[in-house]
Amino acid sequence: MSGYWAGILTILAINIIFAYGIFLPVASGQLNLGGAGFQATGAYAAAFIATQFGLGTVLTVASGTLIAGLLGWLMAYPMLRTKGVYLVLATFAFAEVVSGIVLNSEKLGGPTGLSVPNFIDWYVPVIAAAVVAIGVFYLMSTRFGLNMRACHDDDVVTDLMGVNVRGVKVAAFALGAALAGFAGALYAHAFNYVEIQTFGAMVSIYVLLYVLLGGTQTPWGPIVGAIFFTILPEAIRPVLPLIKKAIIQVFGPIVPATPPDDSWRFVILGLCTIIMMALRPEGLVTSAMIERLRSGRHEPIKTRDFPA
Amino acid sequence: MSALLQVEGLTKNFGGLSVVSDVSFNLGEGERLALIGPNGAGKTTVFNLLSGVYEPSGGMIRLGGRDISRVPSKDRIKLGMARTFQNIRLMPHLSVVENVMLGQQARVASWGDFLLPLGRSAWRREAEVLLHELGLDTWPGEIVATLPYGIRKKIEVVRALASRPKLLLLDEPAAGLNPTETSSLREFLMGVSRRGVTLLVVEHDMSFVRSLCERAVVLNFGRKIYEGSTQSVQDDPLVLEAYLGPRHAALAAAGSV
Ligand SMILES: Nc1ncnc2c1ncn2[C@@H]1O[C@H](COP(=O)(O)OP(=O)(O)OP(=O)(O)O)[C@@H](O)[C@H]1O
Ligand SMILES: [Mg+2]
Repeated sequence: MSGYWAGILTILAINIIFAYGIFLPVASGQLNLGGAGFQATGAYAAAFIATQFGLGTVLTVASGTLIAGLLGWLMAYPMLRTKGVYLVLATFAFAEVVSGIVLNSEKLGGPTGLSVPNFIDWYVPVIAAAVVAIGVFYLMSTRFGLNMRACHDDDVVTDLMGVNVRGVKVAAFALGAALAGFAGALYAHAFNYVEIQTFGAMVSIYVLLYVLLGGTQTPWGPIVGAIFFTILPEAIRPVLPLIKKAIIQVFGPIVPATPPDDSWRFVILGLCTIIMMALRPEGLVTSAMIERLRSGRHEPIKTRDFPA
Repeated sequence: MSALLQVEGLTKNFGGLSVVSDVSFNLGEGERLALIGPNGAGKTTVFNLLSGVYEPSGGMIRLGGRDISRVPSKDRIKLGMARTFQNIRLMPHLSVVENVMLGQQARVASWGDFLLPLGRSAWRREAEVLLHELGLDTWPGEIVATLPYGIRKKIEVVRALASRPKLLLLDEPAAGLNPTETSSLREFLMGVSRRGVTLLVVEHDMSFVRSLCERAVVLNFGRKIYEGSTQSVQDDPLVLEAYLGPRHAALAAAGSV
């Protein structure tokens, strides 16, 4: 396999795991915009343990996952006192705090980062992503998964049905944090370097977008979203110069044309986001769609099909 | 007949606003009691107090002799009290059968029940059987949000029944139903009642109330103004006044003599 595709597969697998880490809280009704904070926690924990104690990759990745999960569990209690947009802000602030701590810590390499021993090849994250996906599909098929989705829809009624809403939300948030940390720890070993700039606010925003645009009702959403948004920038890379030329022709060469850079990809990504939000506000994959595929019906069901 | 539910001096104030004041009534095991009153009388608030959505400002609620006023809301359904909502509150993104399975949560005891797949479980079969018995098995996998109003209204009752309650609180179950649907709902609730479930029903449709319940408690501005037979409730001057205002009540009373 060429290095290019190995790199893409690695990133895709890590993004899928990361997306599942955000999916779990979002599927239970908690928008988590602090993904990068948990990912950075897992990455730095693995990097630090690998350099300081010389542990093997299995142990460093396991500890990175565990530490991020524990942090998520601890953070869940104060965070879940907030709701809606305040929860979004609280999780976002959390990620900024993590980033600030790393930047100011000499032990963690500050702004220059840490180099990480023990390289893992592309197939390790790919297998890990498959295992995580199967695990999340399983979890969502249980009563725990049902309760998570119920909390998402109406937590007052879910409580009255006898569900421990707080417990379900805390568990979903902490499990999600552990998965984000897992993704981070894999990242550290796959690229043998961690620097805090990699885990910036944009990362949190993107991974939340993967999940929201992929769909939060079924575990298909994060896979579809992550594949779409990881492959799309690669797919449009070759046509970028053409697009840029076309736009410059329309608006005239006000500034000297430079070769297209990365920021252009984000313009197109942003446009795709807006279009998808408009066309499929509940995400690409919805539970109604899965149900239709499963039962082989293609029409939504009509009122007259029901007895009075 | 022993009292399953005892409400004593139940009171709820929102800030300075008194919404339920000093309401007391008993509900015998197996009984069907109507809780009626004009709009804003406090009926839904009583339900919210019974189910624990609100904490009472005063008074006592006993279920099976036990004071439950301080029992957390999520544990009350486990004591055998389930409810429906005036504005349908099904989980819109869950399928019909998943909504019913959510209602079973009160009976979940072990971690196994919690962490095993529901797909082909006994829980799911039970929910499908329950839907079938009530004639709602057309498409158990259908997402609730796409279903017609009357069907959703019924599914809410089925969800509450899935917890196998001793006491079922129904908040305007017939609202928005056409006459055929209303009479089928009455048959259905009589069947539920025959199985030994005690009913407390909030409803505005008086002919529905009379044909379903033998006894009624009437609230007005949060106070109990009547308790007695549903057959004579419309002859009570206080009730007439509450519904029609003092002048019309006097006329109606004069007319009925
Ligand atoms: N959370 C609340 N805060 C403040 N006031 C409230 C609250 N809930 C209810 N009320 C008020 O309490 C009064 C009784 O409301 P409630 O919903 O119990 O009436 P109801 O008898 O169910 O009426 P309806 O027949 O219209 O359903 C109303 O005046 C309402 O505005
Ligand atoms: Mg009401």
